[in-house]
Amino acid sequence: MSAVAARPAPVRPDDPPRRAAGRAQRARSAATSWTMLAPALLLFGVFLVYPLGRAVATSFTDADGITGGSFVGLANYTTMAGDPTFWRAAANTVGLAVVSVPIALALGLLMAVLLSGPVPGRWLFRALFLAPVVVSGVVVGMTGQWMFDENVGVVNAALGGLGLDLVRWQSSGGPAAASVLTMLTWSRVGLVAVIYLGALLQVPGELLEQAQLDGASRWQRMHDVVWPQLRPTTFFLTVVLVIETFQVFDLVFVMTGGGPGVSTELLVTYLYAEGFEARRQGYGTAIGVVVLVVVLAFTAVWWRAQRHTEDEL
Amino acid sequence: MAAGTVPTTSAAPGRPARGRRYREERRLTRVRVAALLVLGAVWVFPLVWMAMTALSTRADVAAGGLPSLARLSTETLTTTLASFPISRWAVNSVAIAVVAVALTVVVDLLAGYVLAKHRFRGRALVLLVVVATLMVPVQVLLLPQFELVAQLGWVNSYWAVIIPRSAEAFGVFLARQYLLAIPDELLEAAALDGAGRWRTFTSIVLPLAKPLVGVLVVLTFMYRWNEFAWPLVALRDPDLYTLPVGLAFLQGQYGTDYPTLMGAALLSALPVLALFVVAQRWFVAGLARSGLK
Repeated sequence: MSAVAARPAPVRPDDPPRRAAGRAQRARSAATSWTMLAPALLLFGVFLVYPLGRAVATSFTDADGITGGSFVGLANYTTMAGDPTFWRAAANTVGLAVVSVPIALALGLLMAVLLSGPVPGRWLFRALFLAPVVVSGVVVGMTGQWMFDENVGVVNAALGGLGLDLVRWQSSGGPAAASVLTMLTWSRVGLVAVIYLGALLQVPGELLEQAQLDGASRWQRMHDVVWPQLRPTTFFLTVVLVIETFQVFDLVFVMTGGGPGVSTELLVTYLYAEGFEARRQGYGTAIGVVVLVVVLAFTAVWWRAQRHTEDEL
Repeated sequence: MAAGTVPTTSAAPGRPARGRRYREERRLTRVRVAALLVLGAVWVFPLVWMAMTALSTRADVAAGGLPSLARLSTETLTTTLASFPISRWAVNSVAIAVVAVALTVVVDLLAGYVLAKHRFRGRALVLLVVVATLMVPVQVLLLPQFELVAQLGWVNSYWAVIIPRSAEAFGVFLARQYLLAIPDELLEAAALDGAGRWRTFTSIVLPLAKPLVGVLVVLTFMYRWNEFAWPLVALRDPDLYTLPVGLAFLQGQYGTDYPTLMGAALLSALPVLALFVVAQRWFVAGLARSGLK
């Protein structure tokens, strides 16, 4: 701070020698900026941007993992258009997003509302809801496989104990999808709950008191006052969850392997099966490019909508 | 987290509590607690079930199908540890996670600081690239990244897993958002005192960024520890597998030997659960922050 006081006179912007000195300093500090950015730029360039370019290029070839393959134009994409497994995987992926995202939002909001009240041991419940978020998708998938095992799993044992019919969780498409949905929801709702909780605690208390004085019921206050305040958070969570759903891999790979048949196959598990197991790299990459385009389009829509509410990047 | 910040119980402290409202609040709290107990029990059940299975004998699980609380034993766990290279995989996971976290956090902090506080030509473009790569699904990059790593001769080494994943757009973005809040005057004062940009970074920015460093360390560790698809692709030698890849390998070989599988799953989940318990506050702060922007 002493240097501030010691400065002789205010710098006039039109003072030529000082401006030249300023320019030199700016050039020096720009160099420092780039030096500090260098590790990130190098890593991003080599391992993200370049592979992304390669992915797009490879999607136009018949690469098989041994040879680079030759240019085949849009052949991979036209094959895809007539590939029933691709459409099944795409439908499964979109269906999973359409069903799982609203469930995650509703359950997460319920948890957040419960946690926002004066309850003892709030941290413990928060920890219970968040614990599945921190364990790996592989562990979640394996635990799901064991619980939903149709012969010795605890879910069917419980159904049997209640005198209900057993469900063919592993050999029937619909139930298999339901079991995946259950484990996916279990593993990510805690995240939604904590983010909603943070937003709930920011709702201005005066708004609620005013509503209360005006005679609004609890439900009316939730619906008319709190819910609109949560809209940006809901919006953000929807986008994150949809993008995340398009990338669900570990859970399905381990829990059902996409089966029975292709009934729980998702776009990215199909990408892996084609690109690495069947060694059709060109085709696998083309599936990846489709996923990329869908995610980017979805994000772009979000970006435009968001710009109305926020000036910050 | 004080009671005063709770939105739904807005009875002002000064106002005399009316009996009916007070009783209603009490009733509501009981409903909340009951609902939380039910949800909490459902949420913890799969993890408890995993642990109980891991602590049952194979014979018990095979016979009855269900593990029994009365006869928990570490027998299966010990034989599982002895018969599979789980400790080897754990060592790989630790080495990869620790080196990757150190590298990633340094890269994120530097880049985040520059993007938050420096003004220079090209900044907007760099920021755009960072945000754009945030949206790229990792699976799209699996094949070309594998080719690249193969060309670099890194397949079957720790570096194959560590280096490509150190380009972490989310970490850079989080660091930038956090460091935006540092007042410019503080940095200008340091500059007037004669501190260079590096000096300003180490003596002003870093001390202020301690909570950020905590969040980045915890989040990056969890991400690295749990990562599956990339190590699955990048590592071919079973001796180099990380825990998640090793687990999937065991599952492929020992399909429905659930006590063994759950034992291995439990061992792989424990470190990250322990870290979560220790760092819960940071972790939650990091999550909440990511939702507010």
